[in-house]
Amino acid sequence: MSMDRREFLKTTAAVAAASAAGLSIPQDAEAAAKESQEGWQWDKAVCRFCGTGCGIMVAVKDDKIVAVKGDPESPVNRGINCIKGYFNAKIMYGADRLTQPLLRMNDKGEFDKNGKFRPVSWKRAFDEMEKQFKKYYNELGPTGVAVFGSGQYTIQEGYAAVKLVKGGWRSNNIDPNARHCMASAVVGFYQTFGIDEPAGCYDDIEITDTVITWGANMAEMHPILWSRVSDAKLNNPDKYYVVNLSTYRNRCSNLADMEIIFRPNTDLAIMNYIAREIIKRNAVNWDFVKKHTIFATGHADIGYGMRNPNNPNVTEKEKDTVVKQVVKKVTDEEAVALSPIGKWKAGDEMEMKHAAGKKPFWHWEISFEDFKKGVEPYTLDYVAKVAKGDPDESLDSFKRKLQKLADLYCDPNRKVVSFWTMGFNQHVRGSWVNEQIYMIHLLLGKQSLPGSGAFSLTGQPSACGTAREVGTFAHRLPADMLVANPKHRKITEKLWKLPEGTLNPKVGSHFLKIMRDIEDGKIKWAWVHVNNPWQNTANANHWVKAARTMDNFIVVNEAYPGISARVADLILPVAMIYEKWGAYGNAERRTQHWRQQVTPPGQAMPDIWTMMEFSKRFKLKEVWKEHKLPDGTVLPNVLDKAKEMGYDPEMTLFDVLYNRPEYHKNFPWPDPIAKNPQTGKMHKNTEAAGDGREIMGEDGKPFKGYGFFVHKALWEEYRKFGLGHAHDLADFDTYHKVRGLRWPVVNGKETKWRFNVEYDPYARKFAKPGEKFAFYGPLLKTIKRGNLQGPIASKGKINLKNKAKIFWRPFMVHPEDPKYDTKGYNLWLCTGRVLEHWHSGTMTMRVPELYRAMPEALCYMNPKDAKALGLKRFDLVVIESRRGKVKARVETRGRNKPPRGLVFVPWFDEKVLINKVCLDATCPLSKETDYKKAAVKIYKA
Amino acid sequence: MDNKRRSFLTSMVQASAAAVAAGSIVGGFVEENKDKPLTLRPPGALKEEDFLKTCIRCGLCVEACKNRDNKVIIDGKEIVTLFLAAPGDKKPIGTPYFIPRTGPCFMCDDIPCMYACPTGALTPDMCKNEKGEVAIDYAKMGVAVIDPSSCIAFWGLQCTACYRACPEMDKAIKIEWKKNERTGKHAYRIPVVYEDACTGCGMCENACVTEIAAIKIFPREVFLGKAGDRYVKGWDEKDQQRVRKASTQTTTKTGRSRKSAIENLNEGIKWDQ
Amino acid sequence: MGSIIKNKYLILRRITQFTILFLYFAAQYWGWKILEGNLSFSKFFDIIPLADPYAVLQMIFAGAVIATDVIIGVLIVLLIYGLIGGRAYCSWVCPVNLITDLAAWVRRKTHHEKDNLINVQKVKKFRYFFMVVLLLVSAAVGAAAFEFINPIGFFTRGVAFGIGFGWVWLLVIFIFDTFVLKNGWCGHICPVGATYSLIGAKSIIRVYHDKDKCTNCGECLMICPENQVLSPIINKKSDYISGIECTNCGRCVEVCNDNALKFTLRYIIKQKGEENEKSNIN
Repeated sequence: MSMDRREFLKTTAAVAAASAAGLSIPQDAEAAAKESQEGWQWDKAVCRFCGTGCGIMVAVKDDKIVAVKGDPESPVNRGINCIKGYFNAKIMYGADRLTQPLLRMNDKGEFDKNGKFRPVSWKRAFDEMEKQFKKYYNELGPTGVAVFGSGQYTIQEGYAAVKLVKGGWRSNNIDPNARHCMASAVVGFYQTFGIDEPAGCYDDIEITDTVITWGANMAEMHPILWSRVSDAKLNNPDKYYVVNLSTYRNRCSNLADMEIIFRPNTDLAIMNYIAREIIKRNAVNWDFVKKHTIFATGHADIGYGMRNPNNPNVTEKEKDTVVKQVVKKVTDEEAVALSPIGKWKAGDEMEMKHAAGKKPFWHWEISFEDFKKGVEPYTLDYVAKVAKGDPDESLDSFKRKLQKLADLYCDPNRKVVSFWTMGFNQHVRGSWVNEQIYMIHLLLGKQSLPGSGAFSLTGQPSACGTAREVGTFAHRLPADMLVANPKHRKITEKLWKLPEGTLNPKVGSHFLKIMRDIEDGKIKWAWVHVNNPWQNTANANHWVKAARTMDNFIVVNEAYPGISARVADLILPVAMIYEKWGAYGNAERRTQHWRQQVTPPGQAMPDIWTMMEFSKRFKLKEVWKEHKLPDGTVLPNVLDKAKEMGYDPEMTLFDVLYNRPEYHKNFPWPDPIAKNPQTGKMHKNTEAAGDGREIMGEDGKPFKGYGFFVHKALWEEYRKFGLGHAHDLADFDTYHKVRGLRWPVVNGKETKWRFNVEYDPYARKFAKPGEKFAFYGPLLKTIKRGNLQGPIASKGKINLKNKAKIFWRPFMVHPEDPKYDTKGYNLWLCTGRVLEHWHSGTMTMRVPELYRAMPEALCYMNPKDAKALGLKRFDLVVIESRRGKVKARVETRGRNKPPRGLVFVPWFDEKVLINKVCLDATCPLSKETDYKKAAVKIYKA
Repeated sequence: MDNKRRSFLTSMVQASAAAVAAGSIVGGFVEENKDKPLTLRPPGALKEEDFLKTCIRCGLCVEACKNRDNKVIIDGKEIVTLFLAAPGDKKPIGTPYFIPRTGPCFMCDDIPCMYACPTGALTPDMCKNEKGEVAIDYAKMGVAVIDPSSCIAFWGLQCTACYRACPEMDKAIKIEWKKNERTGKHAYRIPVVYEDACTGCGMCENACVTEIAAIKIFPREVFLGKAGDRYVKGWDEKDQQRVRKASTQTTTKTGRSRKSAIENLNEGIKWDQ
Repeated sequence: MGSIIKNKYLILRRITQFTILFLYFAAQYWGWKILEGNLSFSKFFDIIPLADPYAVLQMIFAGAVIATDVIIGVLIVLLIYGLIGGRAYCSWVCPVNLITDLAAWVRRKTHHEKDNLINVQKVKKFRYFFMVVLLLVSAAVGAAAFEFINPIGFFTRGVAFGIGFGWVWLLVIFIFDTFVLKNGWCGHICPVGATYSLIGAKSIIRVYHDKDKCTNCGECLMICPENQVLSPIINKKSDYISGIECTNCGRCVEVCNDNALKFTLRYIIKQKGEENEKSNIN
């Protein structure tokens, strides 16, 4: 068909215009458009990077991704992308892509912990992996092995991993890097609502007229959402008000109407001030509060999630910080903040009596009067004094800003959305600040309404979809169920067709704890999936040394040689996003699927395949026998029950977990859904049918596929967990026809605002007649009663069905606040991300354009601090903490403008491994590390 | 005239004629070679015309740049800013220049290159503000220019890489918002260069993520226009500064006013019929 | 050992030439602060300026305002070469000398010393005219014209900052000297050399010829790159070699087997036959 240029332009313009308008395209024009782009097959997918979840279209030619475009039909991004998204087509083609299994070996070809990496066959890799696994599994039991999971798992990968680790190995030691990212948000949701994930959705941005960011640098980290905020601001510049709260100036401030720079950790104080103002100004929405909430609090002496200072692996230098895990001196500032409890005065030693086990979670109902008493000390004068973060700002100016902030929240004519990301979540009181933001919104009744609500933004593309919804955490099972809950275990065993009692009831080690356990010799075999633990975990010197020098075996699934691959003993080359079928769930509960677009390079295989192949190495009798856990718990022998279910002890985990006959029967391959909508050609499916490469599998024979549609089978099984439990997901095929759906998806309809009767079918189901809301989350709904000092047994328990909790939480100083440092660590270190790079940079540092734009991590510093230290721009400096030091170059003019006393260093650069410096203190509830605060000193290198 | 004297004079004339001929060739080459209007000079450079007169081509600025102690070395590779033009570099031979895409000026606070110059071709006089304060922020190495057809921010993509790389962020490059009618809800966030604050350091060009940079540095004389000095922006208090040197000589002359008024009048007026 | 002593000036010259180049290189690559810049302008130990007088003269003609540092640099250079012999620059410092000496060596080895395409007699004073013309050209084009083609600049900048295609020009000079005109560039064209000739007209260090010892073997005339300075004196009278184009390279001293030539200090150490001196300038 010949078409001149004019015609061509007209046609493409018509197609673009039509799809933008959501119109159907006339058949002729569509055909013409197809014809003119012959050779390129387009298909919808989702961006690899952040939690925004932008839709993209991927073009394939000659089995290579040749281009991407923003998906104009995606409601999230309507065809645009940020610069990371712009480079989706390039991330898979780095020159140093890992394409064959690599094992550390000596010259004789034996595994040698100190050997060099040499290429091996998949069979040899699995042989060694099995040998090492069984050695340590038999020595230490199910708690001696662990998997580092990910918020970048596809949903099916996460599901397959949980099945293998929890159902197969009977270990709960699987925890995702989402622990570093979203765990505090999860606890906030659980504690407040009894169910995970945001009530609202991105539509709030357009509907609201007030956006308040608390530690969320959206302009840099969620650019597409920020462009929506910008647009909303343009539409209504006089009314729409944007406040940026941060501990340093970032680029959100150029749009913001007001910027508040506060001292690290004092967000707690600011929120209590706002609560006090809400009460003082009579802005409490009593109708809402009385119908839908109760007041609650918990213990304050919960430590900081650090190790026991007596642990022999804690170094002398670290000790003076780590000791605060056990006892800390109450400062003058804290004495005021804690005064409502009435237990501590300034100078008192506060013993951390409620730091261990479940104690930090304990909470009980209090009265409104108690709550009011609790926020009373948080006066404007007090809060302004403790919270002002910029020494060069006047106290009056800061006070005016706080008042304005309270005005905005309290204004009955304003809708308010509060956004936060890592500023809240990575916090020694991360769960508390999450609870407190709900506290403000609930007091005002500005929650679960279109345009009003506290909205936790996600960092990773599937932190919600996989890590949280599938439950790849040490304590979780799919659909918000918990391993510690016998009912939940039973449901899971039934759905997984496991003998009753297979699942381990003991919560496993969280991400940081796995690292600590490796150093303490309690875990000796670890497998990394889709993340970079030795770069992303704070206090990294300990963990790198432990992995490299101790008796253990580390397997790393990787696409590029990052820090964790270097730490590994065995590296398995894996497929990247568009080289496999998958699904991600974004921050607004939108689940989006994609098809496999191309064949993985070399011998790289999908992560699911590595799990399925490895599962073939385990006979039921090896894993389902009796196990005695270190704490004395006995996991029963379930082989007899297994026999009753028709399982032979000689069968493998592969047979039970993955290769089920009903999968073969119900989800055969090929499946018509694999047909490309544009060309009608079938998409590949490496797991189902091989991909023509005939990679030699674990048995040394050419792999020709498992013979069924693995991803669909896992999806359909997984979604049974949520159906009817307010986690409803649509069927597999539906997602390939739409641009994602926000769960719960009931009767084919997505849900925009949860807990709101008007929008959420579950709220309708649970709400009392005439009521507008039902906070129906089922978890933690029966609690004790008490006052600010503690629970009072005589008051008994209360059940708060359909109610949310309004928490009172006091401000406390960070355990390494440089203000109180006596050892010369006089600067705050805050870490974070940059626009150009994704996480540890393994992918984006291999895109030449992004590498050039941001080739190294800089130490952003206030010019006055630099001057005082005698430093020039780009001087190489040492950033040293009690835990380690790194070198980086100073930047005083950069995108981030810290106040005096604080420096910011991004963590993407493996050559500036800032996590060697970071403090491994966590929120004691969520176990999420506080990467935003550590005391450092800086000097010229 | 004797023969010896005659031949001496002849050879003198021949030699001087040859010298003039050779000199003319050299002159022609120089004219050609020095006319490289796209050359970017270090901070504090005189206007190109004066710079070419004054630069002695010693390279001390290049040495100062190369040997500053806060060099930028990335993955073992040093990012070189200043070069001394060699034949083939297509720049006036022997003079310093930089190529922002591969080696932008990092804007050292102490401006070592400028202070290394012995001839005044680079001079603090060209690197100061109206109050006479010298700082790298007042350098005028060039000005950033954006090609809206290839800048992905103009496509609606959310980039801001140049803006974030700019050492004079929010002064030299500002992000401006515009409605994106196509998506209906994602504002364009477009970089806009403000020449008065732009030093021409080229960090933006270096950072630009398009294949060929969509933001580039041009010498200011090449790119910048000049608005007339008989109009002051009514909405900008500071704009009068721009025209402060406006002359009081206000006689204008066009083709219509070529003749004097009287001459013009006395031409009379004709009518038909 | 004997040949080292015999060729001591040659060896010393090469040492100085290479040391200077090395120091320029070291200044750029390792930041050594001994000799920075190049032969247009240098800084000695980071303080003492040295400037090429001809380059500065061109800049003046081009209309540049000359900075104090540059003026001091010129004065220092004038003082040094005014004393030690202007064209000592050419044989002891200038790296182009390495190329032209090589060309001369090729000519000697192949016994083509006298094969020239151009009549030597006709271009005797060319360099002085060229020097003046280039000043006028500098004024016309508004830039130091010779500096755009100056092979000394190409060479020294090349060592420290990268040579680009500058090597082509240096190769042209080699070919020109080898095949077209003996000692063509340095002896007939280079306006920098011409300038130094004038600067060193009254210099103190000079070669002295003792007619009594001379056996008229002609070795010195053969080796000298500017032998018009020797021919009026050798075997004719005892006197200083006072022609301004003498580069004080010392080759004549070295090749003379009769000790008839030696370095000495004019005005300071009395030599016999000094009365002849006046009549022999130029």
